[in-house]
Amino acid sequence: MGLYLTEKHVKYKKKGSEEYVSPFFIYHNDNKRTKVFCSLKINNKHWDFTNKKVKSGDKEYKFKNKKIHSVKTELEDIISSYKTNDELLTPEKLKGELESLKTKDDSPLVKSKNILNSKIPKGSLALKWGNHKSNINLVSPSNKRNIDVIVVGTGLAGASASATLAELGYNVKAFCFQDSPRRAHSIAAQGGINASKNYQGDGDSNYRLFYDTIKGGDYRSREANVHRLAEVSGNIIDQCVAQGVPFARDYGGLLDNRSFGGVQVSRTFYAKGQTGQQLLLGAYSAMNRQIARGKIEMFSRHEMMDIVKVNGKARGIIARDLVTGKLERHSAHAVVIASGGYGNVFFLSTNAMGSNVSAAWKIHKEGAYFANPCFTQIHPTCIPVSGDYQSKLTLMSESLRNDGRIWVPKEKSDAELVRNGKLSPVSIPEDKRDYYLERKYPAFGNLVPRDIASRAAKERCDNGYGVNQTGEAVFLDFSHAIIRYGEEKAKISGQNSSDSELVYKLGRDVVKQKYGNLFQMYEKIVDEDPYKVPMKIYPAVHYTMGGVWVDYNLMTSIPGCFAIGEANFSDHGANRLGASALMQGLADGYFVLPYTIGDYLSDEISTGKISTDSVEFEKSEKKIEDQIDKLINNDGVNSVDYYHKKLGKIMWEKCGMSRNEVDLKKAIKEIQNLRKDFHKNVKIPGTKSEFNEQLAKATRVSDFLELGELFAIDALQRRESCGGHFREEFQTSDGEAIRDDENFKFVSAWEFNNDPTKPILHKEDLKYEEIEIKTRSYK
Amino acid sequence: MKLDLKIWRQSNSESEGSLHNYEIDEITPDMSFLEMMDVLNEKLIVEGVDPVAFDHDCREGICGSCSLFINGRAHGPDTGITTCQLHMRKFKDGDSITIEPFRASSFPIIKDLVVDRSSFDRIQHSGGYISINTSGNTQDANTIPIRKSDADNAFDAATCIGCGACVATCKNASAMLFVSAKVSQLSYLPQGQVEAKDRVLNMVKQMDEEGFGNCTNTGACEVECPKGISIENIARMNKEFLKAKL
Repeated sequence: MGLYLTEKHVKYKKKGSEEYVSPFFIYHNDNKRTKVFCSLKINNKHWDFTNKKVKSGDKEYKFKNKKIHSVKTELEDIISSYKTNDELLTPEKLKGELESLKTKDDSPLVKSKNILNSKIPKGSLALKWGNHKSNINLVSPSNKRNIDVIVVGTGLAGASASATLAELGYNVKAFCFQDSPRRAHSIAAQGGINASKNYQGDGDSNYRLFYDTIKGGDYRSREANVHRLAEVSGNIIDQCVAQGVPFARDYGGLLDNRSFGGVQVSRTFYAKGQTGQQLLLGAYSAMNRQIARGKIEMFSRHEMMDIVKVNGKARGIIARDLVTGKLERHSAHAVVIASGGYGNVFFLSTNAMGSNVSAAWKIHKEGAYFANPCFTQIHPTCIPVSGDYQSKLTLMSESLRNDGRIWVPKEKSDAELVRNGKLSPVSIPEDKRDYYLERKYPAFGNLVPRDIASRAAKERCDNGYGVNQTGEAVFLDFSHAIIRYGEEKAKISGQNSSDSELVYKLGRDVVKQKYGNLFQMYEKIVDEDPYKVPMKIYPAVHYTMGGVWVDYNLMTSIPGCFAIGEANFSDHGANRLGASALMQGLADGYFVLPYTIGDYLSDEISTGKISTDSVEFEKSEKKIEDQIDKLINNDGVNSVDYYHKKLGKIMWEKCGMSRNEVDLKKAIKEIQNLRKDFHKNVKIPGTKSEFNEQLAKATRVSDFLELGELFAIDALQRRESCGGHFREEFQTSDGEAIRDDENFKFVSAWEFNNDPTKPILHKEDLKYEEIEIKTRSYK
Repeated sequence: MKLDLKIWRQSNSESEGSLHNYEIDEITPDMSFLEMMDVLNEKLIVEGVDPVAFDHDCREGICGSCSLFINGRAHGPDTGITTCQLHMRKFKDGDSITIEPFRASSFPIIKDLVVDRSSFDRIQHSGGYISINTSGNTQDANTIPIRKSDADNAFDAATCIGCGACVATCKNASAMLFVSAKVSQLSYLPQGQVEAKDRVLNMVKQMDEEGFGNCTNTGACEVECPKGISIENIARMNKEFLKAKL
């Protein structure tokens, strides 16, 4: 199907107005065509249609008028998105599509006056954090006893912050929706944690870690925050070892390291493929010590429903006991949000089933700005989707790219045979394999950053080289590593290194030692032995770099409300490097927030206990109660998952690995409609005063349905490609991203404006004082 | 495939529970067990029946939330996995599957298949940590060299996910494997030596107070542990306990 605009359009311009009345033809595959008269008002995009069928062919004219050109592109985009005959584009449909383009003004509301104050300390980059710590206001130990802090979330950031704040003497109330703080999703992080210890003597330093992180983030993170992160990274390792975290060690008894994507040193500390688990259990044990002392009061199976502000300051939360369904009021002098990322807006992601945006979204609706929501990380090595019933995706750690080589068949015909199960990958000879990352990016090879590896996999699969039934998978192959390790081991132990069976056995043991649990996990899910047959992998949503906007002190735009870990936005820019999430979570919780929060709390020493009997708590509780009543009493027909899956599909198809203007505009409209439908037709069984998982899920999905729209609005506004945000309109001829530093070197911080469809954009300009901005190249 | 499910339904901790029958069809071998439960719940919701409550979160075998007792085995008919890693290819068309919660008096039922394992947390509060402040002024990590084998053993013990399969499997509902995993992890490391005595005494005391039974060396816990935690850890804990008592 095609669309042809003719030069007659110009002739049809109405006298003295901006209006054109133009005929054009929609050509269908069956050689029929529809003639459509379109009345266009170019400036305000007024559309009006009449149509008439015509029979015979018409000449194709090249259209020259510039003004109408953008309209033509939009029309063609819409028409080309209808690929099959079964969904012929009727004028009515086209009208509807164009209506949806019209409803959203391209340019969001922008606040011209910059009111964001990131409070970056003065002085040279390397001295900022030290100076800031020396000059910051403190709270004396006797006053800390009178100050309460609420921490929402008990992953690495939340658990480490709770423990440290309690050690310092504050009274901490910690909340998690899981049945124990130890189950927060940080537990699932596999590969490792970065620190610039330079134990390997390979030239690492704080500056290099800082530089790699900024570059990896495609120059969209805040320089001062990232430098601070690099500065405290070494402390984290010291702290964790002192806590008894069993990191991997070499035979001399010292700590071992491995390498991760986007860097050329080995600075990643690890505990097999369970680093997140070990670090979280370390932070959990630090919490337990404070729970035993009575300094942390732990509320498991509790969900934060709202933040309560008194005179503009964060003064507490409304929480819901998930077992009894009761709403509770909790007051504090400061509220810390450590509730993680919002990857589950895609429904299918590597996040846990319960991971949600609600805490962050609730504070956003009460005045905290939400920054860069469209910056999402799609992780290149996950187990591919196998069916509609799928509930989540499983990550295969990036550490596997240390030893695994990624490839697809060189020939499309081979790829097709593999897809149909007629050819085993093992029998494809070396010269018929395309190790495309090594080919395209020789300097970094298989260890390019995640966004680049993901897009490269998509590019190969889109071009017909995919290797599973759906055509959406590439190989991750360990056969070379097994032989390499096996030969080394044979030589060390004085055995015959040319005995291939022995070499395979020895090599397999080494690989098992390094990645055993990951291989086991893969085998259980896919039912194939990855030691023998290469793994099949495909990118999946994994992490969100965007999040709540915070200043240098990690305070949001609500005074007294802080955001740490994945929930905030500041450190990873448009793309996060592997093994940096754990580093940031623990840095924020152990070593940054406990200092910076004092600066705010020093003004609260004479506030005294905060009552929950105030009008503000009353109002907030009532609001939540009404929302819950509305959901539970809704006489609908569809389950919560029905909507969550639909939302996920819109997000993945239109706001996923690559994005374009037309799709994003469609996504916005579709999400709005879905949200309306959700509130009208969702069905929640049971009552509100019992353990009701569906109700809990409904409250979360209702927030995702609002966040999804902001996500698309943000992606639409950012007319450049950077990091994980790839706009198809902005790419080089060989498919590399084109970043636009002149117009988009800013953080987009969105203010909630009573209605999810009308957010206000604030821009925080990013200044790089000690780093030269370059085009990112890993070639 | 078509399956006949017998699922424990209980509305809250006070009420009586019983097994209910559900028939389910169109289950494929590639589905995970919990995805099969999702399909069932989706069906129940549409039919206006209260869906079955069960604990789950990461669905990749590491958070320790999922806790089903399937056909008489904790985490079902496979070894070295949690329920969320169990796939339907382990069952055949026409199979009857009985699904119960993890049963132990120290794990009271909250609803249906969801149990309260906070007793595990309280045992950890009593001593499952090293008393060190997060000041950032600890010594450099590499000044504490640890033999690789000790570090590896400590790691193996530390991989416990606290799911409670050991308790559900043990005829005495003993939590010895769970408690010993933490005691053992810290006993392998030099950092753990300072508080070793208090730790083992306090944790064992708390374990008893929570009402868990004792170990009679049947070894069932080790077989069903999804992380393969060895009962050697129990022996090690007993040694630590004796040392502390002497």
